Formats: sequence, C-alpha cells, structure tokens
Amino acid sequence: MIDVRSLVKRYGDTTVLDCPELTIDGAGVTALVGANGAGKSTLLTIAGRLLEPTSGTVLIDGHDVSTAPSRQLAARVAILRQENVLAVRLTVRELVEFGRFPYSQGRLTDEDHHLVDRALMTLDLHEFAPRRLDELSGGQRQRAFIAAVVAQDTDHVLLDEPLNNLDLRHAAQSMAMIRRLADDFGKTVVVVLHDINVAAHHADRIVAMRDGRIVADGTPNEVVVASTMRDVFGLDVEITEHRGRPVVLHFVA
Amino acid sequence: MLRGDDLALDLLTTSRIPRTIAIILAGSAMAVAGLTMQTLTRNRFVAPDTAGTLDAATLGLVLGALYVPSAPIYLRMVITVLFALAGTGLFLVLLQRLQFRDIVVVPLMGLMLGAVFNAASVFLAYRAGLLQTLVTWISGDFSGTLRGRYELLYIVAALTILTYWFAERFTIAGMGREFAVNLGLDHSRTVLIGMGLVASSSAVVVVVVGEIPLLGLVVPNIVTLAFGDRLRRVLPIAAISGAILLLLADIGSRTVRHPYEIPVGVILGVVGGCAFLGLLLRTRGRVG
Repeated sequence: MIDVRSLVKRYGDTTVLDCPELTIDGAGVTALVGANGAGKSTLLTIAGRLLEPTSGTVLIDGHDVSTAPSRQLAARVAILRQENVLAVRLTVRELVEFGRFPYSQGRLTDEDHHLVDRALMTLDLHEFAPRRLDELSGGQRQRAFIAAVVAQDTDHVLLDEPLNNLDLRHAAQSMAMIRRLADDFGKTVVVVLHDINVAAHHADRIVAMRDGRIVADGTPNEVVVASTMRDVFGLDVEITEHRGRPVVLHFVA
Repeated sequence: MLRGDDLALDLLTTSRIPRTIAIILAGSAMAVAGLTMQTLTRNRFVAPDTAGTLDAATLGLVLGALYVPSAPIYLRMVITVLFALAGTGLFLVLLQRLQFRDIVVVPLMGLMLGAVFNAASVFLAYRAGLLQTLVTWISGDFSGTLRGRYELLYIVAALTILTYWFAERFTIAGMGREFAVNLGLDHSRTVLIGMGLVASSSAVVVVVVGEIPLLGLVVPNIVTLAFGDRLRRVLPIAAISGAILLLLADIGSRTVRHPYEIPVGVILGVVGGCAFLGLLLRTRGRVG
C-alpha cells in the first residue's frame, strides 16, 4: 500500500506538489496524468525516494520512504525513470541480475537466477539475454530495464513515462506488459503517462493533476469527462467511446 | 646461476624480481584505478591523470620532501595519500557544481585542477632548487626499484583486491544515483569509497615509482570496449592488461637506448598517447 500524507514539494516560493492525501492499494494500474509541470513525476519520484519532499510523508506498507533503510525499501518498491535507461556496455542478463541486488548483494542464489529467467521470459527477452544494451534498439533497451524492475520483484512498481521515445508498436507492447504486471503478478503499478487515451484504455484508476494538486481521481469513465479534461488540460475536447472506455479526441480542436 | 653463481642470484633477488613485481603491481593498480574512476564518474575520459589525482599526489610528495626530509618513507607516503585524497575530493566537489557534465568538459576541469597542483609543485621545487629532482620524481621510472624500496607497493595490491570486492557496487553506482538508490545502494558513500581507494593506490604508486601516465586512461577504454562495463568481470582483465602493458613498456625503456634507460613514463606517453588518439577517432560519436 502506498499512502501519501500531506506531501509538499517547493522550490523556493514555487510549490510544485501539494498532495494532502492519496492512497493506492491492491493489484492494479494507476495512471498519473496531467499537463507538463503538473507534479506527477515529482509525486512519483518522491514515492520512489529519489527526491526529498519539503514536508509530509509517503508510507509504503507503513514504512516512511524518507527514513526507512534504503535496502529494505528496495524489496518493496521499484522505480524506473526514463532518464536512467542508459546504453551501457552490459548484457541484458547482467542488467536484469542487478534487479536482484537488494536481496543477494551481488551473490546470486538459485532462486535469484530463477527470477531473472522469469523476468527475461515475461518481457520476451530470452533471446536477447547475451546481447549488450549498447547494441540494442531503444525499445529493446527499455524492455530490458523493465525486466530488471520485474526481477526486483517488489509489490509496488513505479514507472515514470515509460512510453517516451517508443514507437506505436513498442508503446502498445509496453502497456500490455504493464497490464500483466498487475493482472498476472498482482503488483501495484503506478505509471506516469502523457497520453490520456493510453491511460483511459489501460488503467484501472486515473489520478489527474494540475499545478501540483490532484483535481480528479477515479475510474477512467469517472475522470475522462469533458469538464474534467478542461480542468486538467485547459482544453475543450470531444469524448467518444471504444470498448466501454472513453477516448478523448484531443486532436479535434 | 643454477650452479651457485652468487652474484647472479643476488642480482636476481635484489633487482630483477623486485622490479618485475613492482611493475606488475603498479601496472595493474593504475589500470584498475582508471577503470574504477571511469565507472564511478560515468565518463570514459576520467582517470587519475585527468582528475587531478596524480598531480595532487605529486604535490604531497614535494611538500613531504621539502618540509619533513628526514621523515621515513611511510610517513611521506601517508602525506602523499592525504594529498591525493584531498585533490580527488576537490575534483568531486567541483564535479557536483558543474552544470554541464559533458564528456569532454569533466576531464578538462580535472586537467585544469591538476595544472594548479602541478604549478604549486613546480613553484616549491623551483624555490628549493629542486626542479630537476622534481622531474625525476614525476616521471615514472623503475630503474631505482630495488629490494627494500618497492615493498610499499604491496599496499597497492591490497587496495586493488579491495576494489574488486566492491566491484558489483561500483558498477551499480556507475549506472547513476537514481538507479543505485532504487536498488538500495548508498550512492554517495559508494562513490566516496571507490574514489578513495583509487586515490590512495595511485598515490602509493607515485611515491614508489612516480607518475605512470595514460595507462589508467587507455587500458580501461580498450578492455571495456571488448569485455563490457561490468567491473566484476572486466576488472581482473584490466589488471592483467595493465601489468602486461607496463612490462612491455619497461622492456622498451631498457632497450631503446641500451645500455642506458629512458623513463618508462616516456615510452607510455608515446605509446599510450597514440593508442588514445586511435580510440578517440574510433569511438567518436558514441562515447559515453
């Protein structure tokens, strides 16, 4: 369970995040959406303890992320940011093995190897395991980093704009994979998404933010309505429906 | 000799064996130092040469020689190590403040820092009339490596083994702060430990044999190109390659102007410089 309590982040006089309360619990995909600078990535990175809040706390399974030992947290929450997807000279398998570091401290057990193999299978990366990251395409590299997160095997998975730089096919594949993390592995997934339609189609819950505050929170059908979209994105849009989910025609101005 | 030629045996144990051991230890240490620095700073052009570490160590050596000339060598070694640590620390502080951490700007900053240390060394040596002595100190040279004068290098062997023990952590730290924190690793502490080990072992090498240029820059670049960035695997390869390269350079330094010796640093400067130019041209556009 991720429990956000009166969380504030300020840079000088500018408040970039002001979130009195938010609870995310159980298996499922929660999407954070909003315009640029809405504070969604800030919220995610604080929850992943990569950024210190100005005040307030985030509890993960009751552990305060600012004070709990980092190694303990590494077994409960995994965060992947787009900037960290690097073209280093490591093989895919080596990278995924790092996902087991919180448990093995570098000395992998049979169980660790099993989980690494499972993560490689899940991401359909088995044939790429011996290949080096600097020789792969951006989409494949991205999948390798997600595989490392899967190998880390935490109940909570935080993904910051995982679809950036992916073409249509790889974006669709990644979202299907993110769905599987929740459906097949029972993870609590929180994902920052740029595209409201991707969120509406794949997420169980959408948290919409503007100017550092949460302005709407609910199922896609509850959140993706014309009045809320105007509120969140400052744009009047038509909304239609596909397979019972809302679709925003944001390109029809 | 096998028939009991005492002179030959004496030569072997007093000079030849110590010299070979010293070369192996110093060569592997400098290659491992460069590899570790490159990994931790995420910059393939950062090595003890280009981070101000060697120049800071030399400054410590000069100060020790000038102000506590009668101190035993281990005390002067401690001074040198402290200076190397301080110089490398200053490099890290400056790196923190650098807005634009470009692949070229970072080592350039290190070189400038090193130039400041070097100027201080030259000034002190000049005032003391030791300019020529300074040159012999700075240029790495094994001609004076005899039994009783190289044993401090065993400290370097210990530090290199310790670096290997941390290898997996250093690789993870080299993936960036956020990647490391996500895996529960204390990033700043890991970087400090790594840079501390590197600065200490390069300083001991400076004390015993002088500066060994470019080896720490060239060897890691070549071995990671072929064997990847995972320190646990590539560190032993770098250590062996560094030892072999320095052995070859030493043979060169003794044969080029036989029966005289030229400092091994001069040979490495030429060979390493050319190799580095080749690497630059080869990897242009995909470094980092």
